[in-house]
Amino acid sequence: MGPLDLEFMRTAYLVGAIVGCTAPLVGLLLVERRMSLIGDGLGHVAFAGVGFGLVLGVEPVLTALVAAIIGAVAIEWVRSSRLAAGDRALALLFYSGLAGGVVLVSSAGQFNASVNSYLFGSILTISDRDLVLTGLLGFVVAIVISALWRSLTAVAIDEEGAAVTGIPVRVLNVLVAVLAAVVVAVSIRTVGVLLIGALMVLPVMTAASLAWSLKSTAAIGAALGALTALVGLTAAFYGNWAPGGTIVLVAAMTYAVVLTVTALRRS
Amino acid sequence: MCRVSTQATDRDEALRVTGLSVTYGTATPVLSDVNLVVHQGEFLAIAGPNGGGKTTLLRAVLGLVKPASGSVALYGVPADSFRDRARIGYLRQRSDVGVEAPVTVREVVTAGRLPRTRRFGPLRTPDRTAVDAAIHRVGLEGLESMRVRRLSGGQQQRVFLAKLLAAEPTLLFLDEPTTGVDADAQEQFAELLCELNSGLGVTILYVSHEFGAVERHVDRLVLVNGGIRFDGAPHDLPGQWHDPSHTHAAGHPPHKSTPPKDR
Repeated sequence: MGPLDLEFMRTAYLVGAIVGCTAPLVGLLLVERRMSLIGDGLGHVAFAGVGFGLVLGVEPVLTALVAAIIGAVAIEWVRSSRLAAGDRALALLFYSGLAGGVVLVSSAGQFNASVNSYLFGSILTISDRDLVLTGLLGFVVAIVISALWRSLTAVAIDEEGAAVTGIPVRVLNVLVAVLAAVVVAVSIRTVGVLLIGALMVLPVMTAASLAWSLKSTAAIGAALGALTALVGLTAAFYGNWAPGGTIVLVAAMTYAVVLTVTALRRS
Repeated sequence: MCRVSTQATDRDEALRVTGLSVTYGTATPVLSDVNLVVHQGEFLAIAGPNGGGKTTLLRAVLGLVKPASGSVALYGVPADSFRDRARIGYLRQRSDVGVEAPVTVREVVTAGRLPRTRRFGPLRTPDRTAVDAAIHRVGLEGLESMRVRRLSGGQQQRVFLAKLLAAEPTLLFLDEPTTGVDADAQEQFAELLCELNSGLGVTILYVSHEFGAVERHVDRLVLVNGGIRFDGAPHDLPGQWHDPSHTHAAGHPPHKSTPPKDR
């Protein structure tokens, strides 16, 4: 029996493909703002949201979304204010988020295997409702990025130049942070909050060494992200491994292979 | 010289700086009591030693640095409430594309058109034409699909200039635009600026501590070292200051405060 014969795997593939596609689109905007690790930090904050959801008996993905959005706006504020203690403020936010999540989850009496599914993803826990939610939010992220592509990339290319000419740079930067928060929240089921940062960044790094323009970097990144998720889920199915870790390892190996081949071709 | 200076009237002011002082949290101001009026169509060079406050002056005028006191008006309107920002172009010191991923000449120049277009959706035909015109004006046609990082330093500077021109600006602020570019490319760049100034009437403020290439093109030279030390035609510059990078040798010591990065 292959993975496609099982309904939960078909659902997982769909969710994986959507997350795999949208994560690098947002990731590209983060990488270009030299904020590659923000996805990782937002994951930590989102985990506090998961904890709140479990304590309050509300859908954890939704509370994770709210927590990640608040975290994203805070991060953007710290970044744009260029606070001297900005780096430390972010460290405080990220670690408090993770620690708060752990305490909240344990107080909800759920400190067991279900925690792992939020931290590292779990194919079995993906429901049809998750599929609809992921599809909807993924669609919104893709539409917003393609509609505002020129504005978002103009800010990435030259933030000060854009600000001087009246482009609403701050609004666009908050938007990118919120999009990142959305991707983090929807990916909880597949890759988990601790590894989503990798799926945002690794396919973009790979794509950048294959692409010829910014637009092609986005397209190749999205395609690689989706492919990585599908290959990772299949490997996780046969190996009985955690899907999040497997997907990210596939992404990392792809990057290593592309980097090696590119280096060999140059020499 | 690019053009004969226009007759100054109150109406054709492009920029007015009044009593501008900037401090970076230190007791010694980086700039104190700067007064400067630039008329439309002028080609102005701002020179002075490193750390003298040239870049700070530009950044304060553009609202990127908050001044301790003083005011700035653009086209007669206080800078804070000046809405026609698409008229302004700013090329910062050590310009580079802010992105690590490959980015083409056309993508960079298209980004520059944004102030004149709607913020969403694809580029419309007139905007595409403006982007093509900007690329053509700096002589980079045929290289539109090239990655910016694969071009020479001089070509990259022209890409950044084309990015500004795509928005059809009337006032350009260029901060050491040719640093690290060879002499030939500097000369070509200066001639290009001269064409913009005399052909299109674009007002240009050109900041440099090595402004040799533009010296003979400019109407007016302003020496900045903690404040304005000279403001006049380049040929009126007192002999001992002729090398503007050594202004302090003429009795204006450089500031003792530690200069912040990119000042």
